[in-house]
Amino acid sequence: MTIVPVCPSPILQHETVQMAHGAGGRLSQTLMQRVFMPHLHNAFLDLLDDQAKLDLPAGRTAFTTDTYVVSPVFFPGGNIGELAVNGTVNDLSVGGATPIYLSAGFVLEEGFSLVELETIVKSMAEAARKAEVMIVTGDTKVVGKGQCDRIFINTSGIGIIREGVNLSCRNLQPGDTIILSGTVGDHGMAIMTSREGLSFQSRITSDCAALNAMIAAVLDVVPSVHAMRDPTRGGVAATLNELAVSSAVGIEINETAIPVKPDVRGACELLGIDPLHVANEGKLVLAVAGEYAGTVLDLLRSCEPGRDAVIIGSVVNDHPGMVVMRTAFGSRRIVDLPLGEQLPRIC
Amino acid sequence: MKYIDEYRNPQLARKLLDEIRRKTTRHWTIMEICGGQTHSILRNGIDQLLPDTIELVHGPGCPVCVTPLESIERALLIASRKDVIFTSFGDMLRVPGSSKDLFMVRSEGGDVRIVFSPLDALQIARDNLQKEVVFFAVGFETTAPANAMAVYQAAREGILNFSVIVSQVMVPPAMRAILSSPDNRVQGFLAAGHVCAIMGYAEYEPVARDFHVPIVPTGFEPVDLLAGILKTVELLEEGRAEVVNRYGRVVSREGNLVAQETIGKVFEVTDRQWRGIGLIPGSGLSLRADFSQYDAEKKFDVTHICTSESSLCMSGSVLQGILKPDDCPAFARECTPEHPLGATMVSSEGACAAYYNYHRNAYLL
Repeated sequence: MTIVPVCPSPILQHETVQMAHGAGGRLSQTLMQRVFMPHLHNAFLDLLDDQAKLDLPAGRTAFTTDTYVVSPVFFPGGNIGELAVNGTVNDLSVGGATPIYLSAGFVLEEGFSLVELETIVKSMAEAARKAEVMIVTGDTKVVGKGQCDRIFINTSGIGIIREGVNLSCRNLQPGDTIILSGTVGDHGMAIMTSREGLSFQSRITSDCAALNAMIAAVLDVVPSVHAMRDPTRGGVAATLNELAVSSAVGIEINETAIPVKPDVRGACELLGIDPLHVANEGKLVLAVAGEYAGTVLDLLRSCEPGRDAVIIGSVVNDHPGMVVMRTAFGSRRIVDLPLGEQLPRIC
Repeated sequence: MKYIDEYRNPQLARKLLDEIRRKTTRHWTIMEICGGQTHSILRNGIDQLLPDTIELVHGPGCPVCVTPLESIERALLIASRKDVIFTSFGDMLRVPGSSKDLFMVRSEGGDVRIVFSPLDALQIARDNLQKEVVFFAVGFETTAPANAMAVYQAAREGILNFSVIVSQVMVPPAMRAILSSPDNRVQGFLAAGHVCAIMGYAEYEPVARDFHVPIVPTGFEPVDLLAGILKTVELLEEGRAEVVNRYGRVVSREGNLVAQETIGKVFEVTDRQWRGIGLIPGSGLSLRADFSQYDAEKKFDVTHICTSESSLCMSGSVLQGILKPDDCPAFARECTPEHPLGATMVSSEGACAAYYNYHRNAYLL
């Protein structure tokens, strides 16, 4: 047996995230150059400064932040990366803002696959390109094995609020029409049915999508829309309850009007979950004065994420703060907030 | 969706409602046994659509609701142990013991996991041989076969790091207890469809005869429930104390014999405490002596437990159909799903939770 003398130089090629990737040294630079920059690079990031120096267009600024911890990281119809971009784009858009700039902060678990990380970064770049926003600053930290679950991403966003638009959950008026932009529960059920421990297969895919183009199409024509919300955690039920409480009005919806995909409905039936309580990541709930409802509905339906848009109900003077559903049988019941944890880590 | 849409058909429902109105000549009190039925009734507003002369009262068929506080305290103690992976159906995690629930045990570092089947819990035991895996085997006759199968498989494979806390209960003894109570108001029953799918309905025939009540095995969808109510009304109006099946697509007279055999191999009948109701003789199942090594309560020595219930909670009367949830002075005041005083407010199948979720401001509806 012969021993070949080798020089013990440090390993710079890894297949998984190492603690040193977050330590600010050479491996951190490697991670930047090999994984992040090829996909995300732009005039701001290329400077490699600690901050992005931005000139904002005129108008009021909207600023939002959200942290994404979805499990599994890859799910049918998307991954944590595009969720992190689209989610923040949507949070700005439903306030009447045109999203412009995003930040991205990563918390990586030691041992997380670099190939998977690159896939996630790539889809963030793609999602940002589609939504016409730029990721202008970012940060990466690595924590020890077991101290986080694979990857967490925070995104913050800045947008400029459109002139003449005033969207707020406090603006609902009796007589308003409530419109929903499509089927409910797709994202939450895509996550639920792809989780470990649930051994049934489905074709349910997440509805994860940026809504800014669709919202712009609506507000260009009908700037007087009263309120918009993207019904994420807690589903449409939680969103409607928030709107009813904030505006101190009642909301009435029709059970038969709520669109649910057959697969989603089947999974919900099986698991005993109300589709109205299940998260969405590419849907919009809005309230608009009844006279504009038809126009808004047509505008939504002309955009891909809103092609199944429907009127689901109206705002009433009765039962302020409460959402009431007329059932298919003509009886009425309360649509309540879901209580506590329904699905673990959906976004 | 097949097997759902036809049983949620509004036209069919209206026909059945008309028929119920036509057949009813006097006031009748009918109990639906199962919490799943209670929720479907309230969710679909079936109680609002029935004539005033038909009163539905809600039965004890919510396994989470009737699991004694002592069992929950034992579960909390076992789940807190460092060497234990505690597994349960999701419902049980929010049920409070005297001072905390299983979610709180988890937040304190306990390894508490939600499973969808006891066989999943057994798989966790196979995958974690250095840990003790405990499953909270709660339920009526519906969960008994799978729970029995998990224990039977564990024994067959010689898996020794698996055990169960058994809190299995059975419907017919509870019906007898309700009918024997001096406060009883129930004149007819909608028997629980899924329980009957396992056990068949022959075992209800002596109950119908002894207490002179009609019993109708009934499903869970609006049309199922209305068909069950209609049949019960017809039997009551005609004075016939019979068992008539109205859930034919699922229930037979004999039930599922393979499932019954599995239950019989692993479990034997025992007296059991029902939360809020008390001891009902011969109403529970416990592990047979051959399987006693799978009894978590013995394995972890948690048999001596003292508990106290909220003095405000009237869930015992609710579970026996003596009171409606909103008859209780604490309902929606001291007792809400966020701060439940009793299990009927916690469980997704509990009658108090159903009233709270769908009807708490009934005067508005």
